[in-house]
Amino acid sequence: MGRFWSLLFLSVPILGVAAFVFAAIPGGIFANHWLPEDISQHGAVVDKLFMFILYLTGVVFIVTSFLMFWFMWKYDADRNTEPVKYLHGSHTVEIIWSIIPAATLLFIAIFQMDAWADARMKYPTDKATGFKKPPLLLVTGRQFEWRMQYAGEDKIIGTPDDVHLVNDLHIPVNEEIVIRIQTQDVLHSFFLPNMRIKQDVVPGMKQHIWFEAKKTGTYDIVCAELCGWGHYKMRGRLIVQSEDDFREWMASAIAEQNKTSLNVNE
Amino acid sequence: MNTATVDDGHGHAGTMSLKLFISTYVFSKDHKMIGLQFLFSTLLWFFVGGILAMGIRWQLAFPWTDMPIIGGRLFSAEGGQISPEFYTTLFTMHATVMVFFVIIPILAGAFGNFLIPLMIGAEDMAFPTLNMLSYWFMWPAFICIGISFLTPPYGAGGGWTSYPPLSSVLSAAPGSVMAQTWWLTGVTLVGIASMLGSVNYLTTIIQMRAPGLTMFRLPMTIWSMFITAILQAFALPVLTAGGVMQLLDRLMGTGFFIPEGLVVNNSEMLSGGGQPLLWQHLFWFYSHPAVYIMILPAMGMVSDMLSCFARKPIFGYKPMVYAISGIAGLGFIVWGHHMFVSGMNPMLGMTFMVSTMMIALPSAIKVFNWLGTIWGGKIQFTTPMLFSLSFVSMFIIGGLSGIFMAATPVDIFIHDTYYIVAHFHYVLFCGTAMAVFGAIYFWFPKMFGRSMNETAGKWHFFLTFVFMNGTFYLMHILGAVGFPRRLADPYHYETFKQMLPMNQFITLCAFAMFLSQIIFAINFFYSIFKGPRVGRNPWRANGLEWFCPSPPVAHGNFDKQPIVYRGPYEYGSPEVDEDYYPQTQPPPEDVSEGDDTESGGDH
Repeated sequence: MGRFWSLLFLSVPILGVAAFVFAAIPGGIFANHWLPEDISQHGAVVDKLFMFILYLTGVVFIVTSFLMFWFMWKYDADRNTEPVKYLHGSHTVEIIWSIIPAATLLFIAIFQMDAWADARMKYPTDKATGFKKPPLLLVTGRQFEWRMQYAGEDKIIGTPDDVHLVNDLHIPVNEEIVIRIQTQDVLHSFFLPNMRIKQDVVPGMKQHIWFEAKKTGTYDIVCAELCGWGHYKMRGRLIVQSEDDFREWMASAIAEQNKTSLNVNE
Repeated sequence: MNTATVDDGHGHAGTMSLKLFISTYVFSKDHKMIGLQFLFSTLLWFFVGGILAMGIRWQLAFPWTDMPIIGGRLFSAEGGQISPEFYTTLFTMHATVMVFFVIIPILAGAFGNFLIPLMIGAEDMAFPTLNMLSYWFMWPAFICIGISFLTPPYGAGGGWTSYPPLSSVLSAAPGSVMAQTWWLTGVTLVGIASMLGSVNYLTTIIQMRAPGLTMFRLPMTIWSMFITAILQAFALPVLTAGGVMQLLDRLMGTGFFIPEGLVVNNSEMLSGGGQPLLWQHLFWFYSHPAVYIMILPAMGMVSDMLSCFARKPIFGYKPMVYAISGIAGLGFIVWGHHMFVSGMNPMLGMTFMVSTMMIALPSAIKVFNWLGTIWGGKIQFTTPMLFSLSFVSMFIIGGLSGIFMAATPVDIFIHDTYYIVAHFHYVLFCGTAMAVFGAIYFWFPKMFGRSMNETAGKWHFFLTFVFMNGTFYLMHILGAVGFPRRLADPYHYETFKQMLPMNQFITLCAFAMFLSQIIFAINFFYSIFKGPRVGRNPWRANGLEWFCPSPPVAHGNFDKQPIVYRGPYEYGSPEVDEDYYPQTQPPPEDVSEGDDTESGGDH
């Protein structure tokens, strides 16, 4: 039976790697079973880091799992006629297999830092003025919808010319934008899968996210933090438009709002 | 104490007083009985938690469809389908039950209680009454969680992490007003039970070791229980304090975690000034060490079983001890990796990324040492060995997938997706639960004086191994797509709707895995009463627990005083003809007394 069990354990790395390979190659029965389309400027970095860790851990996974299979195969009590190796360990190998993973892990950590700093710490500045870029809009999470409040023509949020929307986020393509996000009630998480953006919103905290879309289209906004029974249906739409379309839409939205004088936030 | 024999004895006498029955089986101060009480209670909860998981899987595979047979009775108001409210209750309760009522108490409570005195050659725990209390504090917790689950209309639905304000503002979750309060009370009580246990374990291991049993002659099981008890003793008070604070927020309006200006259900909250992130810090300051509380004892037990069935000394005993000590130390400074996208200071995120990466190191060292242990041995493929080997194999996957989450930029995408669900199920189910199954097969003869059926055990292993990988492995793929956890119906998102067939496959595997446990249940209960009787040492193992009778003597465990001459891993020693060399076997006369070099160290 030793052989059977060894082969069962060998199937783990084989099927494990196969599952990832089939999911990652485009098309076939596993179409769209991998990282969703990346439409952001910075997302390629995140995806690359993901793949980097995947390759690295994949190698470790294959090597250790194969060793495990090989030891089970070779040292099966029914077939191994040699006496057992009576030893309690080895300082040399302990040091080798401590230092190599330690250096690798430290390298992975340091390797991530720039991407993290870009995503969360380097607030964008306006190239023309050199000041911090003002947010394009304020997104407010509430059970169970996303409310959008655009700064309008004066570029200041909270003034009467603000444009209010529910669940639809219009942004211009090829422009780095800043969004202020907050919540009115419980925790939510503003997740844009195609933009590689996720940020929890915490009541009482002012937070900003920034990103640049490089492709037009309509994508999902997902709530990724449990916010109550209706968490699953807290869905929004991210609509990336060309600069002209965005301006046109904004003008029409302002006109529409003035016409009806409806204020969603009241 | 052996249930079967004692039952018979007193049954025949017919005069067993109620008092004796209660002191033997109910309010017992005997560590073996308390261990078995924990084992039976946690196995029962394991079943409950498993059923809840099946409910979750049903909804994810067949959203909003009527559950066959039972659906109409359970959810008559919804026409037999799971409502979104009930779905949140399902995953909240599944996690709560599995973490607080199964994994932690089955490791520390059941195996810790049963094995610590036996493996260190002690008559009992240092504080038997405290030990009894640690079990009986579980019962109020069981009742609280039971009430919480059954409180109409839906039970607690704040997730097992119970993040405020959802969990602390009553109107944020109108369906679970009382349920959430009962939930918090229950979890706080579990914490108290564990704290009582941990103090006892620490004292017992430090004070009550048999003559000759130095710290570096302890088996890895005891070392890991020791380190676990330290983690519990120092981390749990924080969770207890946090739990009480959240209870005060709910009941007294204190507002520790409720910020200013909250508008919930269109009404503004009057209290405020608190900080929701504070709860996350307090919760994870306990619950990250708790992750190690949930894996270290399993690692220890697996180390012992691997060495025994490879018939070879454990590779790198001292490095293994240092590795688990390292995990314990680092375990206190990595909690922030649960909060990378929480809004916590991103600079702090960087610090936690480095410490989190470094905690992978001791785990890696342990894996290498386990591989070193089976290398060059004579592997006996018994049921406990198969479960132990699968622990190592699965822990490799669970450990490696953790590195993705530790990397902050990658975590932005995979946080709160099925990637993390895959990761912790690989560690906790494919890892810890498999080790627990192995440990039950391994120490069953010592618990009941009978052994479990090997053929049934191997079928149980084979089916569980296949179906659990079918269940949990593909969740990595779901995670790579960004498939979020805790959604009752993720398929109305364009991004995720193509994942339905994969989820249906996962669900079928999960059902099959659940059904495979029937083999275990039958084998377990049948063997308690009808299994073949075994002697003291059926596995030809070295540890002290195999020196006492099976089951051990009711009062005092050992019929002879154990004296320890060496470490527990002297398998295949050239000094003896047998392939094992028990800790208690005196060395041959001609060998001098100074055998310290063989105390299990590495040289």
